[in-house]
Amino acid sequence: MSDATMLAADGTPLKRSLARALRRQKLRALGLIAPLLIFVLITFIVPIASMLFRSVENQIVENTLPMTVEALADWDPNAGKTPSEAVYEALYFDMFLAAEAKRHTRLGTRLNYEQTGVSSLFRQSGRALDDIGKETQKPLEELNNAWKDGETWHGIFNATDNADTALLDLQRKRVAALTGSPASDEVNFAPDATLYNLLPKTTRAYTAWAVYTATQQGRDPATRDPWEAVATALALDLRTADLSAYSGPGADLLAEAQTADLPVPAMATAFADMDEDWAGATVWKTIQTHSSTYTSGYFLNAVDAQKTPDGVAWQPDDKQILLKLFGRTIWMSLLITFSCIALGYPIAWLLANLPMRQANLLLILVLLPFWTSLLVRTSAWKVMLQQQGVINDVLVWIGLVGDGDRLIMINNQFGTIVAMTHILLPFMILPMYSVMQTIPPSYLRAAKSLGATNWTAFWRVYFPQSVPGIGAGSILVFILSIGYYITPEIVGGTKGVFISNRIAYHISSSLNWGLAAALGTILLAAVLVLYWAYDKIVGIDNVKLG
Amino acid sequence: MGLPPYATLGQRIWYYSFRVICGLIFFFLVAPIVVVMPLSFNAQDFFTFTPEMLRLDPEGYSLKHYRDFFTNPQWQLALKNSLIIAPLATIISVSLGTLAAIGLSQSHVPFKGTIMAILISPMIVPLIISATGMFFFYAQLGNWLEGTLGLDKGFVGYVKVVLAHAVLGIPFVIITVTATLVGFDHSLTRAAANMGAGPVTTFFRVQMPLILPGVISGGLFAFITSFDEVVVVLFVGSASQKTLPWQMFIGLREQISPTILAVATILVVISIALLTTVELLRRRSERLRGLSPG
Repeated sequence: MSDATMLAADGTPLKRSLARALRRQKLRALGLIAPLLIFVLITFIVPIASMLFRSVENQIVENTLPMTVEALADWDPNAGKTPSEAVYEALYFDMFLAAEAKRHTRLGTRLNYEQTGVSSLFRQSGRALDDIGKETQKPLEELNNAWKDGETWHGIFNATDNADTALLDLQRKRVAALTGSPASDEVNFAPDATLYNLLPKTTRAYTAWAVYTATQQGRDPATRDPWEAVATALALDLRTADLSAYSGPGADLLAEAQTADLPVPAMATAFADMDEDWAGATVWKTIQTHSSTYTSGYFLNAVDAQKTPDGVAWQPDDKQILLKLFGRTIWMSLLITFSCIALGYPIAWLLANLPMRQANLLLILVLLPFWTSLLVRTSAWKVMLQQQGVINDVLVWIGLVGDGDRLIMINNQFGTIVAMTHILLPFMILPMYSVMQTIPPSYLRAAKSLGATNWTAFWRVYFPQSVPGIGAGSILVFILSIGYYITPEIVGGTKGVFISNRIAYHISSSLNWGLAAALGTILLAAVLVLYWAYDKIVGIDNVKLG
Repeated sequence: MGLPPYATLGQRIWYYSFRVICGLIFFFLVAPIVVVMPLSFNAQDFFTFTPEMLRLDPEGYSLKHYRDFFTNPQWQLALKNSLIIAPLATIISVSLGTLAAIGLSQSHVPFKGTIMAILISPMIVPLIISATGMFFFYAQLGNWLEGTLGLDKGFVGYVKVVLAHAVLGIPFVIITVTATLVGFDHSLTRAAANMGAGPVTTFFRVQMPLILPGVISGGLFAFITSFDEVVVVLFVGSASQKTLPWQMFIGLREQISPTILAVATILVVISIALLTTVELLRRRSERLRGLSPG
């Protein structure tokens, strides 16, 4: 029955044998490509993806003020009232831990992007927090000296048999999220489940302190005195706790403290005393609006809008600069592209119509700048365009301009356009040249012999055929110029810079990385769309070098 | 293209004015580079021609900016870093890139379009965006290398910059090597295999010598990419990894010192040498393929 199927030399059916050979060939090709593909994915694609992620990521609010965000969820921002005492309490404990870890200022900086003034508010409040705690810690320690001793606290809250590991893990996560470094080291403490039921705030505060002390500072919580915040938590708990049935360690100490009626600070008042902003609704609205884990806020900022409790709104007029900058980037890139077309077209035409030998010689003049270091060309333009530079000197020498009124050609848009036209001109000439080389000169002659004038022959016959070259060169130059950074930075001053300079500014100076990532994402999207068009028109495979 | 003898006066005027316009544009292209060279021999710390220079008085010229470049520790550190980073990055991109280009030139490659797009993307994405992405990711990578693997901080700094530059050079290697492989006759490898050569021998003795011009010019492109790159190194590196372009950029942005012009001249000479090499290689490769060198 096998006579119907063809067999290969080793007896397997030919079809299967061929399929196997093809599969092996595919695998070998993939095997050759795989190392590079993995390399590019890790060193390039993942970083770009991480930038995209940064542009929407907003965990900092939740990581720094986890309990506040939770407590604030029920608050109605439009009721015209400040949040409840519970929210202020949560804020106190969150801020205390954050201030100890010196992370509250970072959150202040983050929220300052949305509402000016939050940064200084957070910094001030971080400093003033200790005073609230001292008000309860002092009377407690005066009541009984044992409270001064770290071992007393550890003895009370450390579990002997029924530990609450869920609470411990929760606090580990909280500290790790806050500090950004792992909090999984051994703590030498486990919260007691019974006490967590009776004194929840104190146990939580003490556990957070113990985790922070052990994992971030490498100290043993058993021998150290806890923060003021733990004493405050104890005072808060003791107001309502029913300790009559409790007989564990430190029962008498706790009972004594409860009867002593420790002073309990009113958190809302205390925060309002610190800074009256806390007594207003604005800062709370800001925290609530920006507390989600992912946000569109950076993208809104990137187009001069912002997220407010009432929805999306424009930024105040004095902060609206980015849309203008996007507009300027596009406008200047267009100008640069047109200057490149104007200067490149005659050169490409000349190169395509000269004899090969002369054309190759002149081509070197085009390729030399193409191969010269970008910084060399930029520094050359800085030297040429300066007020005491070569061009001004020549103009003064000729007598076109007086020595007193030398032209200002640098640190403005003119400088950027001239320097970038020079830098990008080869990218325009080379594609135009390769297209024009394929246009047969006999077409022009034919047109002329049919009676066309020089101009008609050029405009009706030659020019339409050279349009693909103009298109290819223009898209290339435009794409390159909207992402340029170095040249505008050096010769552009303040008026001649692009959106990329703003990205660099946010990365290295203002440290608003989210906004930088959002601006980068928008720019990337624009470039990819243009490249897609380029691929459709010219084909990426036709990219030629030198 | 020459002017016919019967050309009218108008045509003559147009012909010559077109030539003049082209001459001016060529002047625009080359002038900045040419102006920098004599200025780098300026005896004064000025960025313009002094009267002595214009009189061709030897007093007006000196090598002091070159001396500064070769003695100043900042510039020497930058030069050393550039000479460490660029060759390492080139080796990585050339070796991985050549292998992948050979893989891509096989007849049946699944997802060829997607793979090609990914490999070319470092050239397409604007540098400022690559730098931003790398800034976020490489900081974490560096922390991981230092923290978990316990590597030296300076070493990790170099690793980050070399990796970043290597990936930027890869598209150039891929493009040039694939272009060379288009003219490669695959029956040669089959012939070698037929005569008993293993894949490795075939690669080094048959395929490599033929595609070598493409590999070398790809390598030169990768080298110049790294050697001339400043945005990514500014974002990813730290001051101890500063390269020549970095030092030039800082110098240009803050206060411009004439030493920059000396460095610029040296770099122009290097790029002329590289340009000549690439051009010679291109002609050799076309001759090997039987195409006319033009």
